[in-house]
Amino acid sequence: MLFTSYEFLGFLFLLFLLYYIIPKRYQWICLLCASYLFYAFSGIKYLGYIVSTTCSTYLVCYKMEKIGEEQKNYIRLNKERLTREEKKSYKIYMKKKQWNWLLFGLIFNFSILAVCKYVNFSISNINNVLQLIKSNSRLPFLSIALPLGISYYTFQMMGYAIDIYRGKYPAERNLGKLALFASFFPQLMQGPISRFDDLSKTMFSAHSFDRKRIFFGLQRILWGFFKKLVIADRILPAVTTITHNPENYQGVYVFIGMLFYALELYADFTGGIDMVIGIGEVLGVQVKENFNRPYFSKSIKEYWNRWHISLGAWFTEYIFYPVSVCQPMLKLSKFSRNHFGEAIGKRIPVYLATILVWLITGIWHGAAWNFVVWGLMNCLVLLISQELQPCYRWFHRKFHLEGKWGFRLFQVVRTVLLMSSIRMFDCYRDVSTTFRMFFSMLTKYNFMELLNGGMLKLGISAIDYGILFIGMIILIGVSFIGRSGSVREKIAKKPIIVQFLIWYGLFLAVLLFGAYGEGYDASQFIYNQF
Amino acid sequence: MEELLAILEELHPEVDFRTCCTLVEDKIIDSFDIVSLISEIHSEFDVAIPAEEIIPENFNSAAALYRLIQRLEEED
Repeated sequence: MLFTSYEFLGFLFLLFLLYYIIPKRYQWICLLCASYLFYAFSGIKYLGYIVSTTCSTYLVCYKMEKIGEEQKNYIRLNKERLTREEKKSYKIYMKKKQWNWLLFGLIFNFSILAVCKYVNFSISNINNVLQLIKSNSRLPFLSIALPLGISYYTFQMMGYAIDIYRGKYPAERNLGKLALFASFFPQLMQGPISRFDDLSKTMFSAHSFDRKRIFFGLQRILWGFFKKLVIADRILPAVTTITHNPENYQGVYVFIGMLFYALELYADFTGGIDMVIGIGEVLGVQVKENFNRPYFSKSIKEYWNRWHISLGAWFTEYIFYPVSVCQPMLKLSKFSRNHFGEAIGKRIPVYLATILVWLITGIWHGAAWNFVVWGLMNCLVLLISQELQPCYRWFHRKFHLEGKWGFRLFQVVRTVLLMSSIRMFDCYRDVSTTFRMFFSMLTKYNFMELLNGGMLKLGISAIDYGILFIGMIILIGVSFIGRSGSVREKIAKKPIIVQFLIWYGLFLAVLLFGAYGEGYDASQFIYNQF
Repeated sequence: MEELLAILEELHPEVDFRTCCTLVEDKIIDSFDIVSLISEIHSEFDVAIPAEEIIPENFNSAAALYRLIQRLEEED
């Protein structure tokens, strides 16, 4: 059930009515039922997957907490009798028991994800190797459909389990509440990957009918619809035409396709997240922001701190840090310092953990070599820019350009172009085609074709370009205004007639220029595929 | 404390680590810096800072980081 479908709007409307009619203490149960109903729409057979992840995580966390309580009680009762060394070795023993439970949970749940998402990718690679060694045998592909949102809820639940292992907060004892945390329907499709301590603050509490909050939520949903239906879906045909026909569209078309895709992905993904946050607001559940004006970033590192924030934070907290500061890594770093010098030794943990994180980030985005290369390209750019830090410092000391308007604009444009070119791996069918198309931008000079009507042969009309241009201006304008605080708060302070004109204008724009007009069909959200 | 300050100053010579107490909040140090720092601390103090201790409160200032090192040394 797509967010942009009539079914979803009907579902949301009925839920909204029910949610504020029933006694407040049952609101979270109502949300749980709605979430499972929403999930069942994607196929009742998939419910088993999310139920097993929920139950296994519940069991693992319950066991870890019980071990923690047992340890506390034992130490309290034997405080006088135990020596410092005995206490320490007992704690290590109990931590090991907790670790075994955590490991079981991680292996069980990531195995489900791996089988559902990556088994056919592995079979395809094995078959390629068999073909290479001229063997006639081939492994058959398995028919496994991907359960809705499996990457999101698995990561979210495993993050929760790791937090419990670390003793960050107590485990949730109510299975129903944990089930709601896993299945909360707005964020099942495209995230964000929420933390239990963030979401639980508002998810299980009673919510009154707060007119301002509900209006703000509806405004945010409308803004999401505008981005998705008026911008992303309108530019989609041009992106598809260029990237699905690499033989016909090269040179300057690749450049145009790259920029169009940057706009499409931004409008699609941030629009979807606007809807998620807006639906959350309507229901009184505060979902954290997942974007912070990423296209205003001055470097790739900054960009990744502002784009898909929850995924980046998950990887940093649960993979990058544990891998880079684990005992074997610290020992390796010390060994390298002694044998290969200070410079190499201190880089080892950062480099190895960064490569691993980006490899996994790539694979997380899709079971294809395109995404692996995409991840490694991001990693390469990040590490090169890290190595160039002394050069940047020298440059700024020498030329005093830092903070100047023109230089900042240069940095922003550079980051957008760099990110857009790396993202070409998303669009083309394979790695070699992507490289070929990238180099065609540098070698094929067909700029004049664009001026001779080439732009109108991409599947979108002059009117579409006009609408896209105005849409982009609105998008950039809103981003600029949002730098100094909530745009909705600013609008709410305007006279009522101005407020009405703005929101009614946006509503009309969605109605007239969105998926409901001119024969467009709302397409799947790009990030739904995860 | 002086040894720790020397490590921090080598990482970011432009920052006054004696007074700054918003190192993480103000993004003066990032995840790469934190990992380099932990590796240096391990080499200098022989203290391993586990991943669960990597929270802004422990890395926001040189003093907070020094307190963390002392606590981990005591626990060891």
